[in-house]
Amino acid sequence: MSGWLTRNIPKIVVAPSLAAVLFFVYGFIVWTGYVSLTRSRIMPRYDFDGFGQYVKLFRTPRWDVAMENLFVFGLLFIAVSIALGLLLAVLLDQRIRAEGAIRTIYLYPMALSFIVTGTAWKWILNPGLGIESVVRSWGWESFSFDWLVDPEMAIYTVVIAGVWQASGFVMALFLAGLRSVDQEVIKAAMVDGINLPRIYVSIVIPSLSPVFLSAVIVLAHLAIKSFDLVIALTGGGPGYATDLPATYMYAMAFSRGDLGQAAASATVMMMTVAAIIVPYLYSELRPRHD
Amino acid sequence: MTDATLTSAPAGRATRRGIVRVALRGLLYLLLALFVAYYILPLFVMAVTSLKSLDEIRAGSLMSLPDSASLVSWATAWSSACAGIQCEGLQPFFWNSVKMVVPAVFLSTFLGAVNGYALSHWRFRGANLIFALMLFGCFIPFQVVLLPMARTLGLLGLAGSLGGLVLVHVVYGLGFTTLFFRNYYVTIPVELVKAAKIDGAGFFTIFFRIFLPLSPPIIVVTVIWQFTQIWNDFLFGVSFSQAGTQPVTVALNNIVNSTTGVKEYNVDMAAAIIAGLPTLIVYVLAGKYFIRGLTAGSVKG
Amino acid sequence: MAAQNDAVLKIEGLTKSFQNVHVLMNIDLAIEEGAFLVLVGPSGCGKSTLLNCVAGLEAPTSGRILIGGRDMTDAAPKDRDIAMVFQSYALYPNMSVARNITFGMKVRGATRAEQRSALEKVAHMLKIDHLLNRRPAHLSGGQRQRVAMGRALVRQPKLFLFDEPLSNLDAKLRVEMRAEIKRLHRALGATIVYVTHDQTEAMSLATEVAVMEGGVIAQLGPPQQVYDYPVNTFVAGFIGSPAMNFINGRISKDGGAIRIQVSFDGATRELPADHYPFGGGIEDGAEVILGIRPEYVSGSDPSADRPNVALDLVPTLVETNGFDQHVNLAFGDSEISGRFSPREQIKLGTPVRTRIDLSQISVFDRETRQRL
Repeated sequence: MSGWLTRNIPKIVVAPSLAAVLFFVYGFIVWTGYVSLTRSRIMPRYDFDGFGQYVKLFRTPRWDVAMENLFVFGLLFIAVSIALGLLLAVLLDQRIRAEGAIRTIYLYPMALSFIVTGTAWKWILNPGLGIESVVRSWGWESFSFDWLVDPEMAIYTVVIAGVWQASGFVMALFLAGLRSVDQEVIKAAMVDGINLPRIYVSIVIPSLSPVFLSAVIVLAHLAIKSFDLVIALTGGGPGYATDLPATYMYAMAFSRGDLGQAAASATVMMMTVAAIIVPYLYSELRPRHD
Repeated sequence: MTDATLTSAPAGRATRRGIVRVALRGLLYLLLALFVAYYILPLFVMAVTSLKSLDEIRAGSLMSLPDSASLVSWATAWSSACAGIQCEGLQPFFWNSVKMVVPAVFLSTFLGAVNGYALSHWRFRGANLIFALMLFGCFIPFQVVLLPMARTLGLLGLAGSLGGLVLVHVVYGLGFTTLFFRNYYVTIPVELVKAAKIDGAGFFTIFFRIFLPLSPPIIVVTVIWQFTQIWNDFLFGVSFSQAGTQPVTVALNNIVNSTTGVKEYNVDMAAAIIAGLPTLIVYVLAGKYFIRGLTAGSVKG
Repeated sequence: MAAQNDAVLKIEGLTKSFQNVHVLMNIDLAIEEGAFLVLVGPSGCGKSTLLNCVAGLEAPTSGRILIGGRDMTDAAPKDRDIAMVFQSYALYPNMSVARNITFGMKVRGATRAEQRSALEKVAHMLKIDHLLNRRPAHLSGGQRQRVAMGRALVRQPKLFLFDEPLSNLDAKLRVEMRAEIKRLHRALGATIVYVTHDQTEAMSLATEVAVMEGGVIAQLGPPQQVYDYPVNTFVAGFIGSPAMNFINGRISKDGGAIRIQVSFDGATRELPADHYPFGGGIEDGAEVILGIRPEYVSGSDPSADRPNVALDLVPTLVETNGFDQHVNLAFGDSEISGRFSPREQIKLGTPVRTRIDLSQISVFDRETRQRL
């Protein structure tokens, strides 16, 4: 008995966590997936009803807006964050004075809840109080910056705030990557008479491709999960112009009382994330098996 | 190219190159400074606005320094601002967050340490699969668990309670804490465990006597990461709390979006700073550990 | 059971497989008290796996392991009465040297006084008294090695296991520690199983050498015997540095006389092999490999009564190390190596009179590569 116990202690120790993950993650995914195939409204119902919820979901204009927003937001958010993050990393890699302090400032948005910083952003972007009024007070009376209340442009304010929050993090990823590039390769290139910008473009940045991949994956995953950002900045408005799938799902679940729609939208989100994360995790974990 | 041409190279060229260099450096620092301004702006706006009076806010611009700094709005935000119908300020919710964060961080860190240890140095059949399953749990959009979690908390009698939120944060933090510890422990040589086994030490002796004493660096990373994540959480807080048990982020959102009465921007900003202060302080004091957690969580270790 | 008591370690039919890969195949082995067994072989030959199985750190797929006459195949490492020294030393980084050494005793519930006296004795023996309060991070490689041995010695086990303990040391320290280990072995009368990939270490330490290849023990015996009478071309090539020369040849039987025909540069030479003990006879025309150690290829005259042959060979490479010259000589389209006196003038490209002493040759079947 004690021999059996000794041999199985590692498994026994991991078991509760595994059970919790199986139940609270995988069990819940299955539950949500199943409920999305029923006619649940305020209360869940468990009689199977096929893909009616999905048909309804994709016919809902508000969901269309949310998906379109996710596409626009996700694309811009990822592209601009990476461009800015890479630029900052390269700038910071030039033996800068006070590098530590500057890095700290670039990265702090990631340490704060956007519910907190969104309070300021909302104000800065507010046409009556923020940038617009400041620039006008400087004498440029016709200056206009009212994206926050313009249904067509409001999603771009979400991009601005999102990039502000995440680009410092991308900078940190790239900086770590830059610092781990083999210094001897760079020395060899310098001895060969290649100038610094050329070294970055032809040697250093190409060697960072794994970092690009991680950054894209993490940012894509952040984009799909973005919730605080919209809630704090626009609350999904004006109207539902800045809804994302995450806020749509929340609205269906907790204010509209439509569990079926909530479950269906959550499942679509889940699938989107899985399509990105599963191949990534698979390729990351694979070499360790051998 | 001979030595002669090299040594007699015009001094002018060297200084011209020097000027270009200085100009480039200047440009570099200018760019960096502009970005510093961009990143610091919201925090700056929050800070100065929280110190101004409402009149001054209406009259002046958002970036101007306060004429006479006053902490009145801070006091209001702390003890009497209205979140919905409740007008006790941020204080009770701040303590809610503390009561939620402390046990959740402790439990998830401890479980992560044990899991990471078992999965890295006691590689039983299926250990890799279990790790992959836990890791994937970090990445799911939490919307997919909101509905069943709400029902489960109800069934457990934890609906709307801080205990329920602790459970939620522990469960969904496990993946990350396990990841951190596993990737850290993988770097500890296998032979250390072998030597300890031959010395007669068992699973827990090795963990408590050898692994935990080696763990302070990763414990710091994990605690800071979990603290930041849980303190900053909004989605779970807003979904699974009720009046009275809301964490500070939810209360802040309610204060800022409360539509009753006059909009007190200075109080909003003060409340936002108060709500963000704990994570901000941790970040300023131990930022390098936070960054380590951030990069460890996104790139495999 | 009683009959097995004289063997401190006995391994019977030990097999270890991972899925379809056989790491160890049907290993049989027995060593007596006081023996110093060295398991030597190239990486991947299974020697470390075998040691881990003995330690109980890996479970064999089949077979038995007896330590001190008791079946320990399924026993936990701590119950086997063994101690182990690792290549990386595996010192507990968070503990002082003293605690590293006494940790095992403490886990087993030894009193503080017992720990202290055992510690003092071992520390004195290994000359690490002055290091006891330091952390492993503040020790040099050689000092760590001593502490790791101290941790093993303090246990007074029936069997010591060493897993490449000197591989992380620089050349000079390695020689020093090698002598130290040998001295400890003699002083304590300990029984040791020692794994290394370094054949010099194996030769100088062992009372018994087990040369392993591909999961089996190719040859087991005292070092000199393994050196002089390798059972196949693998052992012959692995043991000894520089490596044994292999020359393809053919047996020619002329009446009672047995000769080995060797051809190079278009000519054929017949080398006398009457003195070689071909067990079970040999057929005329048999294809063989002739193995000659470099020290039997030299410029000096061997004593007249030894069978030998003299050839003029062209040096292609000369390495001097002070006490002799290691010379590669063109031999047909291959090369053989020899050892020449340092006084001898050897010029690259100029043929030099080379004597090959045939008294200590090995002859292998070219097909099976086994010793004839």
